[in-house]
Amino acid sequence: MEGRIRVLVAKPGLDGHDRGAKIIARAFRDAGMEVIYTGLKQTPKMIVNAAIQEDVDVVGLSILSSAHLGLSRKVIDGLREKGAKEVVVIAGGVIPERDIPRLKELGVQEVFPSGTPIGAPVEFLKRYFNKL
Amino acid sequence: MENDSKILVEEKDNWAKKSNVAKAKKFQTSFGNDLDVLYTPADILEIDYSKDLGFPGQFPFTRGVYPLMYRQRPWDIRQYAGFGSPEDTNHRWKKLLSHGQRSLSLACDLSTQLGYDSDDPEIEDEVGRVGCAIDSLRDMEILFEGLPMNRLPTSFNMNSQAALILAMYIATAEKYGVKPSELSGTMANDILTEYVTRGTWIFPPKPSLRLATDVAEYCTKYMPRFYPFNLRGVLFCEAGGEISQEVGYLFSNACTHVEDLVSRGLEIDEFASKISFFFIVGTRIFEHVAKIRAARRLWARIIKERFGAKEEASMRMRCTVMHQASEFAAIEPELNLVRGAYGALAGALAGCQAMWLPAIDEHFAIPTEKTSRLAIMTQQVLIEETDALGTVDPLGGSYFIERLTSEIEKKIQERMKEVEKFGGSMEAIENGTLQKILADRAYRIQKEIEAGKRTVVGVNKYRVEERVKDMHFHEANPTALHIQIKRIKEVRAERDSASVSKSLEKLRKAAMGQENLMPYLIDATKAYATIGEVNQVLKEVFGEFREPVNI
Repeated sequence: MEGRIRVLVAKPGLDGHDRGAKIIARAFRDAGMEVIYTGLKQTPKMIVNAAIQEDVDVVGLSILSSAHLGLSRKVIDGLREKGAKEVVVIAGGVIPERDIPRLKELGVQEVFPSGTPIGAPVEFLKRYFNKL
Repeated sequence: MENDSKILVEEKDNWAKKSNVAKAKKFQTSFGNDLDVLYTPADILEIDYSKDLGFPGQFPFTRGVYPLMYRQRPWDIRQYAGFGSPEDTNHRWKKLLSHGQRSLSLACDLSTQLGYDSDDPEIEDEVGRVGCAIDSLRDMEILFEGLPMNRLPTSFNMNSQAALILAMYIATAEKYGVKPSELSGTMANDILTEYVTRGTWIFPPKPSLRLATDVAEYCTKYMPRFYPFNLRGVLFCEAGGEISQEVGYLFSNACTHVEDLVSRGLEIDEFASKISFFFIVGTRIFEHVAKIRAARRLWARIIKERFGAKEEASMRMRCTVMHQASEFAAIEPELNLVRGAYGALAGALAGCQAMWLPAIDEHFAIPTEKTSRLAIMTQQVLIEETDALGTVDPLGGSYFIERLTSEIEKKIQERMKEVEKFGGSMEAIENGTLQKILADRAYRIQKEIEAGKRTVVGVNKYRVEERVKDMHFHEANPTALHIQIKRIKEVRAERDSASVSKSLEKLRKAAMGQENLMPYLIDATKAYATIGEVNQVLKEVFGEFREPVNI
């Protein structure tokens, strides 16, 4: 891959807990990625549109409201419908262990539940895009 | 006297030299001051007992808001509870009451907190998730079914929807034969803080402030037993702030609310005693005790000196405490029980009026019956088995605690000045200044934890376990969405739609003017207007907030 990794950090749904999203956005930025943060209260449709308009490589979803399954599915379906299959979707937040395989089945590349060090998603993306 | 002070200071200096104090490990408070190795009378020379401490129940209330404190009665045990449908929450509430809880605390789902109907296709994933769904008066009636509303203080963590939920609560009580004047409890009504953290805002700050003031004005006039504000410093900490920011930024918001009420022509002594606060406690036991003592002293002085209150009741800063949930770890979650117990001890030593502890599984889901019972019983052990409640302000007079109290008080005042420099709390919220300060600090702390500069046992030190697999977690009730959709359809079919439209039109006109909106909201509620419909009208009049996004 050429150039810097472009990441959209998104807060889908109505959840307003953005401490994690803002931390991870700063961590991606400090790791040399280009970061766009959506702000709160984004519908899956808004996130899909922003991802396409900004031509990002990655969408990072931060969800603490336990609505992760439905919201992730809608974002992934939306990206597929718009032909943006190559966009990598990762998710973080309050996500119980049992839901991780379910999210991966939906097409989430990797899940970073609370308690994950900030280096983990950074390294994951660098490795994924062969930037390590 | 001056000579005595000199001797005290000299003696401490001598001891420090002899003991190599300069070589001791550094210990910093969360708000950035270095702690001394030892505190002695030399460190509290500036404190005047009767002026700065006084007796509990007397100005400036440093030692407690009531004279007998827990020797009269212990704090209220609270548990934030609500999930699924109103039936689910009603059932959980009855369980909590049977475990010894004496009051209720309602958690609503995010669609309710943000004014959506459950059948709005945009938000179907949120219905009944993090709290109970409320769409119309019908849901509130089910929620309180079989509960003695006149005898159960109920607190509502409602902010952008505070006015509407209060209207529903009043209308429900009327249905069950209870007058507004008999209702007791608390409305968070803390919308300014929501812009800084947690994010359940809808309208821009100015109309939001008006709604908050409408609630407070209405309660002041008609609901003497109900507290229209529970201002939550807690949220500043959860977003990354430290304790001087918690109290300083919160008091700035609080003063904005007070000024707005005064501008309506209310006397400070009519309402100041109805403002309550909500502070964090945590494993930094002494800092939190000192912080709450400092907050009591400072608030008493602000209300008396700046706002000219005459009644002592106005100057009493009552508070609920909660253990900082972001201090709880996802790894080895059982350890959170220990952390919570230390936080609870801090709350007790600080003289709080109510307490709630997050459950140990906070990181994974809303609590199960078991984990929520453990959070209650942690407090019961403290109340029934320890000696923490034996004497009022047990740490008062400690050289260390008194010095720390004064230091934090100064720092809080600096934070309030900082907000003034930003142009006041409304300005600092609208342009995202406070949001950015807290997020930057949250990032720094996270890096410090990961670099091992801050220890979290089981996470970055003494770590054994990886992820938790064997705990039993709360499962969301997938039927809540269907129940709510079915019910809202029934409500719409059964109600008199002409009176709904009429009440909504009256609300629109009133919103365009200056009147208090509470009576209009109560009328719309009684006509079974839904939360989505009411909010649509208000959005059309007030507009919606655009969040400043700056990372």
